[in-house]
Amino acid sequence: MNIGKQFKDGLVSQNPVLVQLLGMCSTMAITTTLFNGVGMGLSVMVILTCSNIVIAALRKIIPQKIRIAAYVVVIAGFVTMVDLLIQAFVPELSKSLGVFIPLIVVNCIILGRAEAFASKNTVLASAVDGIAQGIGYTIVLVIMCVIREFLGSGTFGTGIFGVNGGGIRIIPEGYPALFLILPFGGFLTLGCLIAFVQWTANRSAEKASKGSEAAK
Amino acid sequence: MIARILSISLGAVLVENFILVKFLGICPFLGVSKKTDTAVGMGFAVIFVMGLASVFCWLVNYLLLVPLKLQYMQTVAYILVIAALVQFVEMFLQKTMPTLYQALGIYLPLITTNCAVLGVALLNTQYNYGLIESLVYGVMGGVGFTVAIFLFASVRERLEFADFPKAFEGFPIALVSAGLIALAFMGFSGLKIW
Repeated sequence: MNIGKQFKDGLVSQNPVLVQLLGMCSTMAITTTLFNGVGMGLSVMVILTCSNIVIAALRKIIPQKIRIAAYVVVIAGFVTMVDLLIQAFVPELSKSLGVFIPLIVVNCIILGRAEAFASKNTVLASAVDGIAQGIGYTIVLVIMCVIREFLGSGTFGTGIFGVNGGGIRIIPEGYPALFLILPFGGFLTLGCLIAFVQWTANRSAEKASKGSEAAK
Repeated sequence: MIARILSISLGAVLVENFILVKFLGICPFLGVSKKTDTAVGMGFAVIFVMGLASVFCWLVNYLLLVPLKLQYMQTVAYILVIAALVQFVEMFLQKTMPTLYQALGIYLPLITTNCAVLGVALLNTQYNYGLIESLVYGVMGGVGFTVAIFLFASVRERLEFADFPKAFEGFPIALVSAGLIALAFMGFSGLKIW
């Protein structure tokens, strides 16, 4: 078990959204304010870690044939708990995320990690994996939120900073490009973000191949 | 009633398209849209399952969860209903319509984790739709899904010959073109008058 490598995988080399391309729906739908992004990211991280722990603990008991149904029930249980907790303690978040909190059940990141990691590894390793992948997901959400909120509504941190949670205004009203907080902006921002990741990957691969040629 | 059904249908297909406006069901939208014919096959499977899921989740909610005051178990109950439904549809089609089953084959199990299906069940409850309204919303949401995935697949087939920066190869360019289709669909928001 290698905690450092697991974290590097979750954050960079195997990032759930940018590299594994999982959990697209929520990434594009809710990233209009920083508050939404952080709330969603943390909820997914908690659910992912808990479900990874339970599934890893039960991995020898769950029969192979009905494993997907069993995973889904475990995940749905945790999602319900988190949903009720958010409704009770952070009602504003529950209002602004709406149907996307219960929809964490079918977020492919959680089922994907259950199938690919927790069903084959120990409880401790799965817990670390859940935290690492959850942080990777949260970081992408936060980046998306900051870009879309800054360019789309001209503010930073709506719901967290500023007067009455109104956010800090950076671009004066009337100037921001409103389309970035509309659905089109979600597709565009995520597309550009993944393109950027591919560009850096291509560049480092080219550098590596040039380096090996020079060594010959 | 007819006006209500029409407005729900119009809303589900164009104004509040499940994929392009509500962001539900993006995974199959991006995954199964490389060819138009498979995209349409997936679309029809989704229409079928979304319609059935709307009805069955409505029944489970109002006949079982509400009388027993178990509404907080909604998410768990709905996902179980959908998983069971997909399994039954798969077995039923295999026995009765083997040709359709062959055509849909691999896409059927994927529908369980399609968030449009769970999404439609949850939205029906949220909007307090009756049985018929739920059915209409489910089927028409599926039609909206099919329209979007068909349009996107036709665009994507042409992307093969397009010239764009190397970094955008694969997923990014698909996302950007999906975004442009979403932009076009925003024009329908003017239809919201009724």
